[in-house]
Amino acid sequence: MSYIEINNLWKEYGDQVVLERINARVKKGDFITIVGASGCGKTTFLKMLLGTESASRGAIVLDGKPIPAEPSAERGIVFQRYSVFPHMTVLKNVMLARELEHSRLLGMLFGAKRNAAKKEATELLERVGLGHALNKYPHELSGGMQQRLALAQSLMRKPAILLLDEPFGALDPGIRADMHALVLDLWKQHQLTIFMITHDLKEGFSLGTRLWVFDKLRHDPQAPNAYGARVTYDIPVGQADRSLYRQLDRQLESSGLPATPA
Amino acid sequence: MKKLINQHPNKTARWFLGLLPFAILLVLYLIASDARLTENPNDKLLPAFATFGDAIYRMAFEANKRSGDILLWVDTASSLTRLAWGVGISALVGLLFGVLNGTIPFLRASFSPLVTFLSLIPPMAILPILFIAFGLGELAKVMLIVIGITPFLIRDLQQRVLEIPAEQLIKAQTLGASTWQIMLRVVLPQVLPRLIDAVRLSLGAAWLFLIAAEAIAADQGLGYRIFLVRRYLAMDVILPYVLWITLLAFVVDYGLKKISLWCFPGSTA
Repeated sequence: MSYIEINNLWKEYGDQVVLERINARVKKGDFITIVGASGCGKTTFLKMLLGTESASRGAIVLDGKPIPAEPSAERGIVFQRYSVFPHMTVLKNVMLARELEHSRLLGMLFGAKRNAAKKEATELLERVGLGHALNKYPHELSGGMQQRLALAQSLMRKPAILLLDEPFGALDPGIRADMHALVLDLWKQHQLTIFMITHDLKEGFSLGTRLWVFDKLRHDPQAPNAYGARVTYDIPVGQADRSLYRQLDRQLESSGLPATPA
Repeated sequence: MKKLINQHPNKTARWFLGLLPFAILLVLYLIASDARLTENPNDKLLPAFATFGDAIYRMAFEANKRSGDILLWVDTASSLTRLAWGVGISALVGLLFGVLNGTIPFLRASFSPLVTFLSLIPPMAILPILFIAFGLGELAKVMLIVIGITPFLIRDLQQRVLEIPAEQLIKAQTLGASTWQIMLRVVLPQVLPRLIDAVRLSLGAAWLFLIAAEAIAADQGLGYRIFLVRRYLAMDVILPYVLWITLLAFVVDYGLKKISLWCFPGSTA
């Protein structure tokens, strides 16, 4: 049995069909990057995995059980922005996960437990390259450092699944390359199953094990909302050749995706 | 020559320009007072500065012949006590319901329309009900302040909670937080600085309700004294009292601002 099964998943808002007939099997440890034109339902799909949106039809099954309908500790998330708590220092942002876990009433730890959480958080932060900024507040960090912090914060709770919603979309290309290396490193170390939305096809091809393309197969000019997007390609990364890459690039460009940097 | 919008006064000029209107008002008062007193030395409307001095000495430094109290301090103490109770209770209730309403949709559905309704009732209109229900003692006056500013505080704090990005609340849940933990660790620390801001904004209204309640039924208090001596046209007492209340209001506001800066550095713009 697969780790995650997506069975005939639909999402509709009234008359508007966003996603239709999504079927997929995901193994533990898969790293799936998702590309597609803006507004095609990538984020809606991620929200259904996260539990903040529910399916109109069909279901997502996680480990043989329906996926919980609200966010929970087994699924970590990093958004493009607002992922960290502005009123806490870098260290406290990361310690928070352990504090929430072990202190149900106060959400705060004291004494030896606090020191243990501090040590663990410091090690994690050093691994993502924030060892020098432990006592800074998020607003004092650059965009790339904030995303490093958001990653460390998510991993502190040791989620099985990590969801990334265009986490590097707002970063400079140079910093983005560093972040790719970091994500691959963390993916291997923590044995995560990752779903990552990106609008950069190149990013999709260089990271991860599978690339999913979301696109509308059918299109009715009289009723643009009548058909939803499906997973039109499910490509094992590393086995695709240049011509497929160019073909996808052209196709996505024509459906409104911003051109990818060469 | 630069455009007018690009010309800024330097520090000395700012002080001078800021004090100028006060000086002009003072001079105008002196001229008008002098003119009236030349006409009629017993005029009470615009007393001379010496008369103010006598009145201030009488109120602030001499024991009252009848009660044996020094009136200004007794009035100040009882007014500030009422204000502190009223604003303190309002801040606690406002924080509690603001956070609960903002965080829990089911509570918001129930309480939000009620709070909006309550906030639209003119508090002065129900002052008689308060006097009937709570008697003429301290409780009715404190309750007027509470009823007057609590709905505003609840609505303001609820709004601040709703302005916290949804991403943060989702993130906290993916770290395993319960509703209670989210309120305690994510919502509360972020709205506490806002509570002080909201209290500062509501202080003007709190003073208004305090003085109104004291004017109607009290036996001491700054508002009571002003309305009492009005019967004798005692401008020499009223004007110093008004300035004293203004000074107190300024000090309270300034104190809250300092507390906010000290407790939450960087959060107050």
